[in-house]
Amino acid sequence: MTRFTKTLTGFGAAAMLMGSTAMAQEDTIKIGILHSLSGTMAISETTLKDAMLMLIEEQNEAGGVLGKTLEPVVVDIASDWPLANEKARQLIEADGVDVVFGCWTSSCRKSVLPVFEELNSILFYPVQYEGEESQRNVFYTGASPNQQAIPAVDYLMENEGVERWVLAGTDYVYPRTTNKILEAYLKDKGVAEEDLMINYTPFGHSDWQTIVSDIKEFGSAGKKTAVVSTINGDANVPFYKELGNQGISAEDIPVVAFSVGEEELSGLDTAPLVGHLAAWNYFMSIDTPENDAFIESWWDFIGSEERVTNDPMEAHYIGFNMWVKAVEAAGTTDADEVIAALPGTETPNLTGGIATMLPNHHITKPVFVGEIQDDGQFDVVWETDDLVPGDAWSDYLPESAPLISDWVELACGNYNTETKTCGAE
Amino acid sequence: MRLLPRLILSIALLLWAPFVLAQSLEELVAALPEGSYDDRAAVIAQIAATGDDRALKVLEVLLAGDLEQLDSNSRIVEIYGQGRDDFARDILTGEDYGEVPSRGSSKVRVNNSLRRDIRTAIGTMTLRHPDPARRLAAAQSAFRSPDPEQAELLAEAAAAEADPEVARALAEALAVVTLAGDGAAEAKIAAISVMRDRGDTEARTVLSSALDNGDPQVAAAAEEAVRHIEQMQRLWGMAQNVWFGLSLGSVLLLAAIGLAITFGVMGVINMAHGELVMLGAYTTFAVQEAIRSSFPALFDWSLLIAAPLAFLVAGGIGVAIERGVVRFLYGRPLETLLATWGISLMLQQLVRSIFGPNNREVGNPSFMSGAFELGQMTVTWNRLWILVFALAVFAVLLFVLKKTPIGLQMRAVTQNRAMAANMGIRTGWVDAMTFGLGAGIAGLAGVALSQIDNVSPNLGQSYIVDSFMVVVFGGAGNIWGTLAGAFSLGIANKFLEPWTGAVLAKILVLVFIILFIQKRPRGLFAVRGRAVDA
Repeated sequence: MTRFTKTLTGFGAAAMLMGSTAMAQEDTIKIGILHSLSGTMAISETTLKDAMLMLIEEQNEAGGVLGKTLEPVVVDIASDWPLANEKARQLIEADGVDVVFGCWTSSCRKSVLPVFEELNSILFYPVQYEGEESQRNVFYTGASPNQQAIPAVDYLMENEGVERWVLAGTDYVYPRTTNKILEAYLKDKGVAEEDLMINYTPFGHSDWQTIVSDIKEFGSAGKKTAVVSTINGDANVPFYKELGNQGISAEDIPVVAFSVGEEELSGLDTAPLVGHLAAWNYFMSIDTPENDAFIESWWDFIGSEERVTNDPMEAHYIGFNMWVKAVEAAGTTDADEVIAALPGTETPNLTGGIATMLPNHHITKPVFVGEIQDDGQFDVVWETDDLVPGDAWSDYLPESAPLISDWVELACGNYNTETKTCGAE
Repeated sequence: MRLLPRLILSIALLLWAPFVLAQSLEELVAALPEGSYDDRAAVIAQIAATGDDRALKVLEVLLAGDLEQLDSNSRIVEIYGQGRDDFARDILTGEDYGEVPSRGSSKVRVNNSLRRDIRTAIGTMTLRHPDPARRLAAAQSAFRSPDPEQAELLAEAAAAEADPEVARALAEALAVVTLAGDGAAEAKIAAISVMRDRGDTEARTVLSSALDNGDPQVAAAAEEAVRHIEQMQRLWGMAQNVWFGLSLGSVLLLAAIGLAITFGVMGVINMAHGELVMLGAYTTFAVQEAIRSSFPALFDWSLLIAAPLAFLVAGGIGVAIERGVVRFLYGRPLETLLATWGISLMLQQLVRSIFGPNNREVGNPSFMSGAFELGQMTVTWNRLWILVFALAVFAVLLFVLKKTPIGLQMRAVTQNRAMAANMGIRTGWVDAMTFGLGAGIAGLAGVALSQIDNVSPNLGQSYIVDSFMVVVFGGAGNIWGTLAGAFSLGIANKFLEPWTGAVLAKILVLVFIILFIQKRPRGLFAVRGRAVDA
């Protein structure tokens, strides 16, 4: 045995030892946190890890759950989706966690799904996504397209009188599916083919000159034009800079974004962005006592008043509180019983409403459209009157229109109401 | 005797009038925060109509988003910052209310359509403003939101205008208003010819709405003008594509030029090249932070100060990489590739630990913001300066390599190491300097790229593949090849993009390079002769 393999075995043995002692402790409940702390997605996901740690700490101060202390287990998936699959397995099998909060991208979620199904555990997924999915073991606390994209488009149509649409996105599953839904929706509303421009760019695209000048050109047909942007994280900054430099202001061609939040704005000069829009289910600027308290404790926890809160953090807040309530209702952390207890669970959100877990494992949310201000915050210019229930299967795509998801009555995530069968795609 | 009472009356009116108006302005301002956006639009229109001197100020502050209502006494105030704190003064009386606690006031909200209304209102008020820049802005805002009721006002202003630029803007605004109204056909045809001369996309927008005019003559004139503008724009579109291509090429050149030395001249596959670029960008960030906190007046010079520092930081790390790792791996490309890739990950995580994973804000100095119009084409200043900078770096590098003793030694060592050593050149030292030069230039590239891209730990990754592509395509070992390679790839990419979209354009360029390398394995400008296999 070489020295290297000896050390390796040593480490392995130590890890196993640690694992078994930890499992032996019956007075703690383990919570897995599965986020990227390095790599491309670290920019967005590190905050979510911190938010989870804060929520767990607060819950422990309030006496834990079922009289037990909560113990966070943090793993780094390094923006690497096959690794996320391994780490999820490690969390559930080796660390013995009862619930996992994690993932940001759809690729991450799709990669870990089989693990959660196979090992029958629970995942809370906090980010807005493209929909067209409903799994028994996953609870979607972020927005589905009908809770973000469609209301935003409605706002532009009704309040800004937009008739011509640019759908610009990064080339991957979320923008492609969202734009497919939006395209069907807009055509449904009578928008002609020539009034739609759909454009995809690679990840991290930084040379926006041609596209911005195309948008300018497209917007000069005498009809009010808007850009619906599903451009992902990093590529947004050069995009908005180019818009500003080429003299396109929000008053001429407003951009409504679904992936730009407070956290993304905190690293840039917001002057060229003022007046552009974003649609979310939460904004840091929303003035409610719950939100003020949340922001205060976030600042205390992180030790800086410069840090911002954002929509996926609120989703984790809601998801975590729902899980706590469901566990207390079920009296156990057993996955099957918690999954059964979760639908119908209600918990206050941070914007003055009540979030309810629906039988399709999505939640009810208010929708806000905010304008970017010069301090990097959003000013709400429009909101839905009521909470919008999350819809797993879009009604605007012919292939998913007949599908519904109901884990309570039908025990099925993709029930076809036409053929009356479960599992039909 | 009849004169006196009238005189008294008018004096009384003069004294009285502002008071009456002021009262109503005060009421209107107090009503601003209430109701929906539509209500607010009506109030704004009334404020504009008061004719009060202070109305302009109210609207300007509102447009800037600094108009707020104090929670304590519900006065409408202007918020102004001093350092990190907010202070308030009454928008109408100017009375100072001192510091405002955070969340102690609420903003009078405006949305995009209100901003448009306000801009139009301010435009109407400032058409006769003494400052020509304000008059120009007013004319432009009248152009953007044509209101037939303004026709007379615009015509008067145009007649009285002395400044040629403002006069032209007013004439154009008048033309739009004429086209939007229901005047005589002759006036409309004249207006169409004004728009035809303007010839940009906005003019086309205006003209296309005149296409379905009831009068066939007007419609025909508009159609001809639209055709003319479209034809001109196609030509300008070509020019614009060339410019975009040059600009993309200059970014590629900057990213690749350091690699042209480390990979091209020395033959080291340096996967950490992108991270050296990233370090340059972070140096710029650090310099700007220092300037912001200590010498705010120097902000416009920040890039000039950052450039030599970035060169030293990246160059120093480059020398360390060469002395610490790469020199043990000469002649073993696979190991070099893996080792430098490892270094790149380490540098990324190091920066992530020090500066955090978030994007860092690197501001644009004022001379690099905005754009200017060249004919029908928009040239942004930052891209122009980056092109100039890239060419300057290229020229300096060429000079160093060809005309200085260290450049001579570098070329000697790379061409024939043994013989150079025999001539008394310390080849190890020259290797370190060459690698350091390449790395330092990568740092310089970082300074420029911080202006157009995100300063994040991942900055380098997006450029590493492109850089290798340019060097391989241009021909390893030839600096001029890198120049030609960068610009031809940039232009090819930008001509493909409108046809195929950004994703496919990139793929097509890559496929083209693969095919090209099959045909000419040594790239565009192959180094010939005995040096090739040395």
